[in-house]
Parts: sequence; structure tokens; C-alpha cells
Amino acid sequence: MDSEITLWVDGRRETLSVDTRTTLLDALRERLGVTSPKKGCDHGQCGACTVLLDGRRATSCLTFAVANDESEVVTAEGLAEGDEPHPVQRALLENDGFQCGYCTPGQVCSAVGMLDEVKSGWPSYVTEDLDESVELDEDEIRERMSGNLCRCGAYANIVTAIREAAE
Amino acid sequence: MDFLRPAGWSEALEAKANHPDATPIAGGTDVMVELNFDHRRPETLLDLTRIEQLREWSRTERNGVPTVRIGAAVPYARLIEELGTTLPGLAMAARTVGSPQIRNRGTLGGNLASASPAGDGHPPLLASNAEIELESVRGSRTLPLADFFTGVKRTDMAPDELIAAVHVPEGTGPQQFSKIGTRNAMVIAVCTFAVALHPRRRGVGTGLGSAAPTPRSATEAEEFLAGALAEDGQWDDPRPLPASVTERFGELVARAAAPIDDVRGTAGYRTHALHVLARRTLSWAWDEYRSGTELSGRQRCA
Repeated sequence: MDSEITLWVDGRRETLSVDTRTTLLDALRERLGVTSPKKGCDHGQCGACTVLLDGRRATSCLTFAVANDESEVVTAEGLAEGDEPHPVQRALLENDGFQCGYCTPGQVCSAVGMLDEVKSGWPSYVTEDLDESVELDEDEIRERMSGNLCRCGAYANIVTAIREAAE
Repeated sequence: MDFLRPAGWSEALEAKANHPDATPIAGGTDVMVELNFDHRRPETLLDLTRIEQLREWSRTERNGVPTVRIGAAVPYARLIEELGTTLPGLAMAARTVGSPQIRNRGTLGGNLASASPAGDGHPPLLASNAEIELESVRGSRTLPLADFFTGVKRTDMAPDELIAAVHVPEGTGPQQFSKIGTRNAMVIAVCTFAVALHPRRRGVGTGLGSAAPTPRSATEAEEFLAGALAEDGQWDDPRPLPASVTERFGELVARAAAPIDDVRGTAGYRTHALHVLARRTLSWAWDEYRSGTELSGRQRCA
């Protein structure tokens, strides 16, 4: 069964007809040619497909396109201002925060969403004092980025980059 | 595959009555895993994401007790952000669910409907004596959470019913939650334990996860501890708990478990771990009670 939906992808309005079984990730990649979100595990474990969905980070493999009619999707590609990378992207570049780069777009979206969560005062599992504002130390960054795997193991530099971008 | 997208609650109940086989989907973080891997191929999905009232929570009163009514589609991230001090045990458990991305989408109602023995939300809800509100076109009913789980991934829900909300009495004392897994994120718990002290009614609540076919409370352990605290006048004049009390509490919690051997751990390990988690979480909760911070929601490493 097909269904017509409208998505706002990286600021563009896209209207398309999708089979109801199509995930948001497949709609972005296969239908709209937006290939920065990557398919890693297809079940929410790896985080490579992370996008900002209505402003919050989400794994796009775990939601149907049809359930997101009229939603706003921002991918790593849409975070840059023209040729100027987003501060998180720039920090990853400058700190060698990747090797093969496959997980990087997901890491970027996740980090941007995470920094916003911190700004909103959301505590994490490792937050000691729930009444104080969060201090984004290494433990906090690692815990808050735990939904994104990097099989090259570039974690050390990813943490450094995010710390830099947060400043 | 049919995809039903009701715009309101009564429309959703109608749809479920007309399509009793439809699989409800909200955050999708559990259902989608099964679909993507072709473990399940439902004829019909019932999308609940457009129903505003399912995403709301409110303060109410049930039988004279201040209670929070949480709509079934409230995601974990909002339990953490908005209910951290009112329902500290539940918020603590929510902070350990999946990954941050999962917590932004996954819902408490989905956790309950999946009824996995390993569901992270279940132990703190049991420790707080939560109730679940089910509704269908035939009407609404509310039952204790303990009666909702009937077996591994089985519940008391009729095919035409949907989960409307969960009713959780507000905490009046310290609550703790602890979970064992191979890493902190994206694991199914090896076992979990939640404890809640209820000083106002001088009671104790517990919840065990991944420890039996269904999430369950350790009733004997609750009664023993409440009795020991009352006998020693500990509620009014709290002193350090004697080792004999924490040890016995741990024993009774472990005895309430009926775990199995599986890929995540052996029954023997789980029983031992529950004994340890029970003593540890009780000592955290008791320290908090003694220091007078009745509600904090602080989490320490297990």
C-alpha cells in the first residue's frame, strides 16, 4: 500500500509516495538520494542512521516514513552552512575524529542533538548532581554518545572533538 | 501492509476494535526491530503517534494518594527531564534504556505492551505499586501492574484493548534502581532490581527484572523489611541498618526470582546478582533516608 507524504529534509520540501513499509532511512537514501544517513545495523544499535527528527536525534531506521508526514528531518549534510561545516563537523575534521567515516554523519547529528539536550539540562546516567547544570566531561560525553558505534575505534578523538565543539 | 493513522483516541479504539490483529506502534524502537529483520509481518499497523492525549502526563489523586498519570506514548526522555524528582525510580531506570536516540522515541506504553521480562521500566513501576489503564470501545479498566503481566511477552490485554496510561503514586521516600548488563548502552538487562521506601505508609516496594517469566515483586522481602524497620523504630529514628537485615533482605529478593540460563547469563549468576543488587540499592536508599534527602534520584554505579 502506498501513501503520499511530505517531508522537510535539510530545509527542502519533499513530497513523495512511499510504500507504508518504507523506513525513514530508506526513504531518505533510496527515494530522495540523501545518503549521509548510513545503514549500519538496521535495528537501532549502531547509530549510523541518526538524524535530527523535529529537532531531536533519532535513529531513522526505527521509524516509518509514513509515520513522519510533515516532519522536519535534518541530516549531517543539512547542518553545514553552504561550504562552511557545522562547528561539530569542523571539530571532527581538526581532531581526526574518524577514520573510514561511515559512522561520522550519525556521530555528527548525534553530537548536535546531544549538545542541545545538555543545554536543556537533561541529566544522563552518569550525572552526579541532578540539581546542578551538567558539566560536559569525558564521562558525560562517552555516556551521551553511547548510541553511536565507531568500528574504527576513533572514540578518543571523537570525544576530544565534541569537547572542543561544546566550548 | 495496512498502516492506520488515527487522529484521535476514540478513532484509535474504533480501529483496534475493527482490526484486533493490528500491531500498535508508537516510538517504534521495539516493533521496528522485529519488522526490519522480518521476524514478524503484521497485516496491519496501528500508528499511535498522532494522538495528543497519549503524549501527556498529569498529576491526579487515586484513593487519596497523589499520583502521576502518564500517557502511554510519553517517551523516556520526557520521564527523565520532567519527572526526575516526582518519580525518581522510574526516571533512573529510564536513563538506562537503550541509547539516547532510543530514549527520545521509545515510550513507556511500548515497554509495557512488549511485556518483556527484561523491560527496564517494569521494576520501578512495580516498586511504586503502579496501575495500568486499558481502554477499548467497550470501556476502560485499571488493574495493578502485577496482574497485567501474565507470561513471557504476554499480558492481560484483550485484542481490542489499547494501553491508555500508567498511574504511578508519587514517591514519598528514596527510590533506587540498578541494572546489570555487558555495557551501559544498548543492552538487554541480565537482571535489574528496583526498591522504593514508602515512609508515609511505612512500606517497602520492590521490582525484579529479567529474573522470572514476568517482572515481579519480592513480596516476602518487602514484608520482612517493613516489619524490621517498624519493630526497631527505624522510620522515626533512622540508624544504620544491621547487616543481618540487609543480608536477609537480599536473600529474600533472590528467593523471589525464578531465572533461566540464557545467552546473557546463567540462572545461578542472576540469583547471586539479585542478592547483591538488593543489598546495595537498599543501602543507598537507606543512606538517603537517613540523610533526610527523601527524594533525590541520585544514581551510583552498580
